[in-house]
Amino acid sequence: KMAAATMSPYFGQQMSSKNDLVPAWTSQEVSTGTTIMALEYDGGVVIGADSRTTTGAYIANRVTDKLTPIHDRIFCCRSGSAADTQAIADVVTYQLGFHSIELDEPPLVETAANLFRASCYRYREELTAGILVAGWDRRKGGQVYCVPIGGMLVRQPVSVGGSGSSYIYGFMDSNYKPNMTKDQCLELTAAAVSLAMERDGSSGGVVRLASISKDGVERRVILGNQLPKYSTH
Amino acid sequence: MIKNTQCYRPRTDLLLGKKKKKKKKAKKAKKKKKKAKKKKSTSCTSGKHKAHFTKMATLAVRQSPVGGFSFENCKRNAVLEGEANKVGYSLPAARKTGTTICGVVFKDGVILGADTRATEGMIVADKNCSKIHYISPNIYCCGAGTAADTEMTTQIISSNLELHALSTGRVPRVATANRMLKQMLFRYQGYIGAALVLGGVDCNGPHLYSIYPHGSTDKLPYVTMGSGSLAAMAVFEDRYKPDMEEEDAKRLVRDAIAAGIFNDLGSGSNIDLCVITKGKLDYIRPHDEANKKGVRTGDYKYKRGTTSVLTKSVTALNLEVVEETVLTMDTS
Repeated sequence: KMAAATMSPYFGQQMSSKNDLVPAWTSQEVSTGTTIMALEYDGGVVIGADSRTTTGAYIANRVTDKLTPIHDRIFCCRSGSAADTQAIADVVTYQLGFHSIELDEPPLVETAANLFRASCYRYREELTAGILVAGWDRRKGGQVYCVPIGGMLVRQPVSVGGSGSSYIYGFMDSNYKPNMTKDQCLELTAAAVSLAMERDGSSGGVVRLASISKDGVERRVILGNQLPKYSTH
Repeated sequence: MIKNTQCYRPRTDLLLGKKKKKKKKAKKAKKKKKKAKKKKSTSCTSGKHKAHFTKMATLAVRQSPVGGFSFENCKRNAVLEGEANKVGYSLPAARKTGTTICGVVFKDGVILGADTRATEGMIVADKNCSKIHYISPNIYCCGAGTAADTEMTTQIISSNLELHALSTGRVPRVATANRMLKQMLFRYQGYIGAALVLGGVDCNGPHLYSIYPHGSTDKLPYVTMGSGSLAAMAVFEDRYKPDMEEEDAKRLVRDAIAAGIFNDLGSGSNIDLCVITKGKLDYIRPHDEANKKGVRTGDYKYKRGTTSVLTKSVTALNLEVVEETVLTMDTS
């Protein structure tokens, strides 16, 4: 699971654990256990995620969409508490939409990332949210920004997040090369996310991919039986 | 249980640790510094105020943002519960709907199902409670978790949604109800124990959402919630197909709730169904009395005349009235 402490209310759990009829997982917070990934290529970005949301040991949703559109060419990958990340994403979508109308032009990815960072840093004690902001804009092309728990903001060419990310840092470091094509990026993302899903209990389901470029957003789903196969399985 | 709640002020400074005290001192120091600054221009500062100036340097750099809901009483409640447990008492348990609730999207609309048992600890408080709540004529919501929370939350949102519909002049959408519910539950950070299955039909077709107490929502073709949700989900995962007919879908929901009723201790009694389609609403309560109360096969009462009277003798008892007291009864 995630290295940071979860924000599930200790008090709520204490009171409901008295009642034997209601199992423990009904009172636990819904968490996107998760593996999320984003990488840049020349002309856009590719993002990928698994599709599992858990409440304790029960899978609340096995087909979650963790790639949330924030604007036409800007997406965010959510990990951490489902409620926190959904709420933040809704707030940022509103703020960015308003900002874009004021500017009368598509917003910058850096702006979206800063809006996420502002909320995540301000309420850092109360939130558990690890977010990757990725998109395309006219000024800097494809960009990936990482906003982990705590509210840091850093731009990276490739970034992974969530509980499953710890299993694929080595894979990423050895297989990522700068200046890959879009299809190579998609293959790499699918491979990395499926490897993480194989090893991390909190990640699983299907692999959701999206590529964002000047021409728009292409979304794809890779079902369980279509995942890339490896020697150990 | 706490008596005299009117005169109770949460003595958080006593219950909680030293941290709180430091903050109060810092606040007092800040106030006194402000007063001292004003006085400085006219008169020299006293030795008392000088001491507080040095304390300013140790103030925390980051102060938590003011405003927003205060959860101080929740901490107090948890501490009090701990203290009560030490002495051997337990605080009264809130009535929870142990529950199995579920929803399914079929060809023409949405079907919501629920059991009807409400529990208070290990006792069944209500054998036939209604867990499918009205939100708007085309939107209904099943509630699991704390009974009071689900009841009040759905009533508040129903009221707000009606006002919203009057403002917009349109039939309310399920997505609107979903957003209102999730924003309210997130605001209360999970302390409102309401897990909901929201379903309805609007201008964009049938929609089904599951809403968790912390404010996260999932939009899915079939959802289950409550303590019996695992049993119900097993039935759904086995037999759900997209675009089912109404009768098949009703049977599926009935079976899913029945699985919850018979395999989960927190769920029981009857099965309520609510079928929502574009033009029609069917609130079927009860759809299936899965647990009918049995009829006794034997009767232990004796009929009049079973024992016949053989003889009858009357003896007068000669009693003297010694004392007579009259007690008036206040019938006002």
